[in-house]
Amino acid sequence: MTDFTMEKGADGVAVITWDTQAKSMNVMNEQGFFDLEALIDDALSDDAVKGVVLTSGKAGSFAGGMDLNIIARLKDIAGHQPEKGLFEGVMRMHGILRKIERAGMDDKNKGGKPIAAALPGTALGIGLEIPLACHRIFAANNPSAKIGLPEIMVGIFPGLGGTTRLVRKMGAMAASPLLLEGKLNDPKKAKSAGVVDEVVPAEELLDAAKAWVLSNPAIAKPWDEKGYQMPGGAPYHPAGFMTFVGASAMVNGKTQGAFPAAKALLSAVYEGALVPFDTALRIEARWFTNVLMNPSSSAMIRSLFINKEKLEKGANRPDVPDQKVKKLGVMGAGMMGAGIALVSAMAGIEVVLIDQKQETANKGKSYTADDMDKRIKRGKATEAKKTAALDLITATTDYDALKGCDLIIEAVFEDPKVKAEVTKNVLKVVGEDCIFATNTSTLPITELAKASDTPENFIGIHFFSPVEKMMLVEIIKSQQTGERAVAKALDYVRQIRKTPIAVNDARFFYCNRCIIPYINEGIRMVAEGVAPALIDNAARQLGFPVGPLQLVDETSIDLGAKIARATKAAMSEDYPDAAVDEVIFWMEGEGRLGRKAGAGFFDYDNKGKRQGYWPGLAGKYPPAQDQPDLYEVQHRLMFAQVLEAVRALEDGVLEDIREGDVGAILAWGFAPWSGGPFSWLDIIGTPYAAERCDELTEKFGARFTTPPLLREMAAQNQGFYARFALQNPEAA
Amino acid sequence: MSDAYIYDVVRSPRGKGRKDGALHEVTAVRLSAQMLNALKARNGFEGHAVEDVIWGNVTQVMEQGGCLARTAVLASDLDESIPGLAINRFCASGMEAVNLAANQIRGGAGDAYIAGGVEMMGRVAMGSDGAAIAVDPSVAVDSYFVPQGISADIIATEYGFTRDQADALAVESQKRAAAAWQDTRFTRSIIEVTDQNGLTILDHDEHMRPGTDMQALGSLDPSFKQMGEVMPGFDAVAKLKYPHLDRVNHIHHAGNSSGIVDGAAGVLIGSKAFGETWGLKPRARIRQTCKIGTDPTIMLTGPVPATQKILADSGMEIGDIDLFEVNEAFAAVVLRFMQAFKVGPDRVNVNGGSIAMGHPLGATGAIIIGTLLDELERSDKETGLATLCIASGMGAATIIERV
Repeated sequence: MTDFTMEKGADGVAVITWDTQAKSMNVMNEQGFFDLEALIDDALSDDAVKGVVLTSGKAGSFAGGMDLNIIARLKDIAGHQPEKGLFEGVMRMHGILRKIERAGMDDKNKGGKPIAAALPGTALGIGLEIPLACHRIFAANNPSAKIGLPEIMVGIFPGLGGTTRLVRKMGAMAASPLLLEGKLNDPKKAKSAGVVDEVVPAEELLDAAKAWVLSNPAIAKPWDEKGYQMPGGAPYHPAGFMTFVGASAMVNGKTQGAFPAAKALLSAVYEGALVPFDTALRIEARWFTNVLMNPSSSAMIRSLFINKEKLEKGANRPDVPDQKVKKLGVMGAGMMGAGIALVSAMAGIEVVLIDQKQETANKGKSYTADDMDKRIKRGKATEAKKTAALDLITATTDYDALKGCDLIIEAVFEDPKVKAEVTKNVLKVVGEDCIFATNTSTLPITELAKASDTPENFIGIHFFSPVEKMMLVEIIKSQQTGERAVAKALDYVRQIRKTPIAVNDARFFYCNRCIIPYINEGIRMVAEGVAPALIDNAARQLGFPVGPLQLVDETSIDLGAKIARATKAAMSEDYPDAAVDEVIFWMEGEGRLGRKAGAGFFDYDNKGKRQGYWPGLAGKYPPAQDQPDLYEVQHRLMFAQVLEAVRALEDGVLEDIREGDVGAILAWGFAPWSGGPFSWLDIIGTPYAAERCDELTEKFGARFTTPPLLREMAAQNQGFYARFALQNPEAA
Repeated sequence: MSDAYIYDVVRSPRGKGRKDGALHEVTAVRLSAQMLNALKARNGFEGHAVEDVIWGNVTQVMEQGGCLARTAVLASDLDESIPGLAINRFCASGMEAVNLAANQIRGGAGDAYIAGGVEMMGRVAMGSDGAAIAVDPSVAVDSYFVPQGISADIIATEYGFTRDQADALAVESQKRAAAAWQDTRFTRSIIEVTDQNGLTILDHDEHMRPGTDMQALGSLDPSFKQMGEVMPGFDAVAKLKYPHLDRVNHIHHAGNSSGIVDGAAGVLIGSKAFGETWGLKPRARIRQTCKIGTDPTIMLTGPVPATQKILADSGMEIGDIDLFEVNEAFAAVVLRFMQAFKVGPDRVNVNGGSIAMGHPLGATGAIIIGTLLDELERSDKETGLATLCIASGMGAATIIERV
């Protein structure tokens, strides 16, 4: 069964309908291209056909994009020369889109048949690249539709003409947010930006496109006409010059040099702008191939596209019936509780938000009102949605209101005694089947579960702050946690449209376990006399959103000091971080508690804006005359986290490396270009990783000791994903 | 090997490089031809006495394109048998012309050359010839390209120069230039620019602001702060290259950076035999020349390694040099030079520099060699070193000694 069908109307318009079988949204693959080409050939050669309208059989969307598995298949086609398979495959697809664009015109732009794209709604990636090759784009006035080219988000760029066509249509400056940031627009904004040509009411979409096709329009693209000039100027045009000078600097600064796709995209734009259109497409294909061959793009696609979706769809969900949450109790209306109430209500879940004081509970609820107001201002929500969300939240001090809850999330003060008391009181009210979750970020779940008589129903659901922005939820299973509790947590996370990872209980679980050594390594370097800017900049150049010192300022020194004291008490003589504590406790003593105090590793102005590193820091820990090279600083910061991830896998805290990779990127912004800690080790190769660990151990200490698992894999030159595929043939 | 000698140096006064500048009505060809004519008239050589005219020029498009050197020869009184070579090493083009000529003579390829350069910055805009290093992402991204002003500010940040230090150097440049004009120290080299009727168009350096003081400079906003910190954010690029920097200290502005001007200069260089043939007395020997590539992002530190190299190549030490001309592209460039070699201001740019008088890109290298020679003679000193920082991370230097 083909995804494309054509109906030739009596009016002379052939309507090609795209309808991918068994998918809610159209997705392109190789066969789709060939089927589309055959229909275009038919329409162009049939004298009874005057023109074509290309549309979708899915209500509300045109296409969601490309089946990214196509990349692996193209690589395989050419055997030992995957780059050849990719380049030739991409050129073949260029040829099909170019056939649509030329539509039978001769080299003087005579003849040809108009081809219009009619988009009922969302059109992403190839779903927009095909319309861009058509002669006119009609979009239904569907405000929830998203139109754009998000490829850059997974480490590639629009490589089937989208880059070349959009820049020639709009100019480099106007196209840059769409290409470089993957910005998506609703149809109206897409029209004002110049991406689509017409926005019409949904019910008039096909008729409007047909009428245009029959209006005998001029169809040659401006870039196929003589004397074409790029809007805003080509690179060596006086106006274009500054745009292009600025573009390199902006891409360099914003990506910190860590994302190869953005640079390749820019090169395709620049080099393409200097040559005729067909040559530009070939250049685009060469850079696209180059990016696809970069291990970073495969790793990003694997983690951020394929595996993220698999985890969201329950890749590791126990096989128990649907556990969708109907009524949620949130204990504690502080920042976390209020955020949990917000995202749950937005997902249509009834929420009981409880705090000791009615005033605090109310304040927690008003967090939802304030957030919805912000969304309304940005056009992302309506008054009706706000009312609906608020109606779902009951703010109260009365535990009886929890009756009928099927999930409780406790988000009270991080004190085991307080938590135990709340747990007991809640369990007196709710039914036996109710799953009880704690949102602790540091306390062992197994200990907290002791407050419950039904530990199989007790689980950790660890949100990150701010709840409404952070996309990861870390689910923590104690040894007693039952399958239904796990399924409940996973189904709940799916309801609120976040990404779950499920790990086993151990100190700091998975995410904080990795983040803390990263921060500590940064602080350690301060004490050693490494320039603070070098520490933070080294992290940023690895693709981390903030460096470790800045991160400490954001999360506060006193929190760090508190965790350090607790950890030290728990570990006694094994405690490895005395050198870190020296700095932290000194900072705490100096009142340098972080951004909230207006004083931390950085100075701040009275608006809370960073003003550079605190000179007092250099007074206490003067930067050494000889600074280490960037590479060494980066490896220390990287391995500090990555080795902890490997140890978490060894310990069984982590059961699935996909969760380790996706979780690291979403929870603390671990170098997204790498695909995550395990992908990074695969990129650099386990033998080299083990060798580097040995060197770092010798120079900096036992915390870099090569974990036995890594040592064993290095000896076999085995990658984590190769090993994972062997162990989980159906999952990989 | 024959030695190469400087027989004569001429330069035009420098006009403001903008629409209301005095030289704005003069073409690059005519100004160049006037320099060539002056050298011929003052020295009396004829026919093919000169092997070539090597002419530096940075923005080689429009009237400065198409091998301006050859065009200028044809527009001048020189014999058509003298060809013409247009060269571009950015700000050191005029110096590179001199150095190339000297080395040709030392290598036996001809007895005499005219070397120099021109830049009509008000007529042919800087940067209008394009530059892949700035625009082509494959190069710009990998080489961490930033504009020169940002580079100058990086020097200030890296080597700890303050706005006050830069401004003080600028005030001093203005004072020294004014005093030098007052004292007619440039008279020997200056060729009045005249029209086709012999009427004077410009007879003095027009860009100078002799009254400049710290207060006046203090009121100027830094020129590169916006492009560094906001749009498009070159400071972020600088920090990628120099991750130990927390921020870039933007100290440069129009008053402590070189002026944008129109101007030209020419140097007559020949062997001993050339002087004997035409009855000319050599003024100085070109002892050593040098060029070097450096880090392209901080870009303008070239005078330091260039000077280190030229001293090593000539077996000299910094103390052997009596006077220095260090092109005042930006104040920090000169401050860094003095810091690196622990040389006091009494030996550097003693008659002012490009901050006061302007920096006609393709000509400046030849201009400062002439200024250095005039001053060595006036103050009866022996040895001088001229050096310039160069775009894209290069440096050049020349050592001359009186004979």
